[in-house]
Amino acid sequence: MAEPILFILMAVGALAGAITVVAARNPVYSAMGLLGTLFSIAVLYVLQLAHLVAAVQVVVYAGAVLTLFLFVIMLIGVDKSEDWDEKLPYQRAFVGGLGGLIILFAGALTVFGNFDWVPAAADTIPEATNGTIQAIAEPLFTDWVLAFEATALLLTVAAAGAIALAHYRRGQA
Amino acid sequence: MSWPELAIVAFRVVATFALLLAVTLINVWAERKIVADMQSRIGPSRAGPWGMLQTLADGLKLFFKESVIPRKVELGMYLLAPFLAVIPAFLIFMMVPWGKPFMIGDYEVALQGADLNIGLLFILAMSAMAVYAVVLAGWSSGSKYPLLGGVRATAQAISYEAAMGLSMVAVVIFTATQGEAGTLSLAEIVERQAGTWGDVSPVLSFLPRWNIFPQIAAFIIFMIAIVAETNRAPFDLVEAEQELVGGFHTEYSGMRFAMFFLAEYINIFSMSAIAATLFLGGWAGPTFEGFLPGFISGLLPTIYFLIKTYAIVFIFFWLRATLPRLRYDQLMTFGWKRLIPAALAWLVVSTVAIGFRQFGAPWS
Repeated sequence: MAEPILFILMAVGALAGAITVVAARNPVYSAMGLLGTLFSIAVLYVLQLAHLVAAVQVVVYAGAVLTLFLFVIMLIGVDKSEDWDEKLPYQRAFVGGLGGLIILFAGALTVFGNFDWVPAAADTIPEATNGTIQAIAEPLFTDWVLAFEATALLLTVAAAGAIALAHYRRGQA
Repeated sequence: MSWPELAIVAFRVVATFALLLAVTLINVWAERKIVADMQSRIGPSRAGPWGMLQTLADGLKLFFKESVIPRKVELGMYLLAPFLAVIPAFLIFMMVPWGKPFMIGDYEVALQGADLNIGLLFILAMSAMAVYAVVLAGWSSGSKYPLLGGVRATAQAISYEAAMGLSMVAVVIFTATQGEAGTLSLAEIVERQAGTWGDVSPVLSFLPRWNIFPQIAAFIIFMIAIVAETNRAPFDLVEAEQELVGGFHTEYSGMRFAMFFLAEYINIFSMSAIAATLFLGGWAGPTFEGFLPGFISGLLPTIYFLIKTYAIVFIFFWLRATLPRLRYDQLMTFGWKRLIPAALAWLVVSTVAIGFRQFGAPWS
């Protein structure tokens, strides 16, 4: 009973946030719209009993990445809509067409009732929510430990590389 | 979910909320009184016995005051920011277990807002959310001092959250040696700290099984990081009066200012409660069941929890009365070049030591 209500509330929140991101005249409002979208989607993850994914989404995206966005917006001071020139001339038509296709697709599924495209997730969700972290940690640190550590190394190299590039001066290095 | 279960969930949330409001009222008064004592002043003394009702009087005053909205504010964000400060503050404390679970008939009532499997991650997520309030308040005020306060707050929160998270990781890995697997649930972390260290060595049987003893370095790093996270002295550059008037809340007045103020004191209490839970055993302690009347041994864990938390809250007040504020570059140097490397080094040392004890030396 509570699930559809929460889903509708959060879906509306996510869509409203997404519209704010593209429609707001002020970049800070766009960033806050993105925060609303990310947060609503995190609640949807919780509804699917994926607590860890929700928490990581909020910590990494809503927390770290968006704070960085806001910080950059404030430091550079882009708080006015400076130019409205279209840099990519066809993007509006392209995105509009894509969005229309997706709505048509969803409408067709509803009209013809071919719900095999969107099977209910209920069968695959484990009964208990407790243990989700342990359930994720076990394959991650046994079967996939090499991939996991390689990813960690890759991210460290990327961060070090970004710092090196930022500090690079011709003739000094 | 049946009706009794729903009622229990509602009771847990409302009781946690009420406890938080009550201790916040006391904390504001206690800070003014303690800092006044340390500075040889009297402090609040007029409203109620020992001035205890001073906070209530101030709250009422702020509630009835006119909320001035300056002309140059960015209205939407300006009105939103105080709420963004208060909501994460309340949500963080919902994770903290503040008493021993008890039974009513067939139902167990845990004295905790919610026991999540991802408790510690939730706390980190919410303290990341709390940054937005300060940033948005500073930016939307349309004034230079709040903006500087907001920018400082962002940098400070990002820097010290890393150290806070790393010291938590060391504790979580350590909990794996106390049970079958590591855990992020705060209720579970408390239960694993019950008893004494007697089984490690009989000499230690007087020492409670608190994480602070094996994880003392993590405790110190965590304490420094939470003082910085709550923007308290000596890390209160966000609202440095001499440089920034009031920092991010300069342009706020009346009830909106009161909400920022409330959020700060709630954060102090909940961060202290988390420190007490992670390192000092939370509500764990001797309850003398069968020896004392039942309701007293049921109440004792909550009292232990409050004593431990207030010991840490007192450190916050003590620091404020003792230490001068850091300079901004000192703050950043300390955070990135001292605290985070120390936290990383401790994480490695602690993990290798745990590995040695679990699996023996790698060459054997």
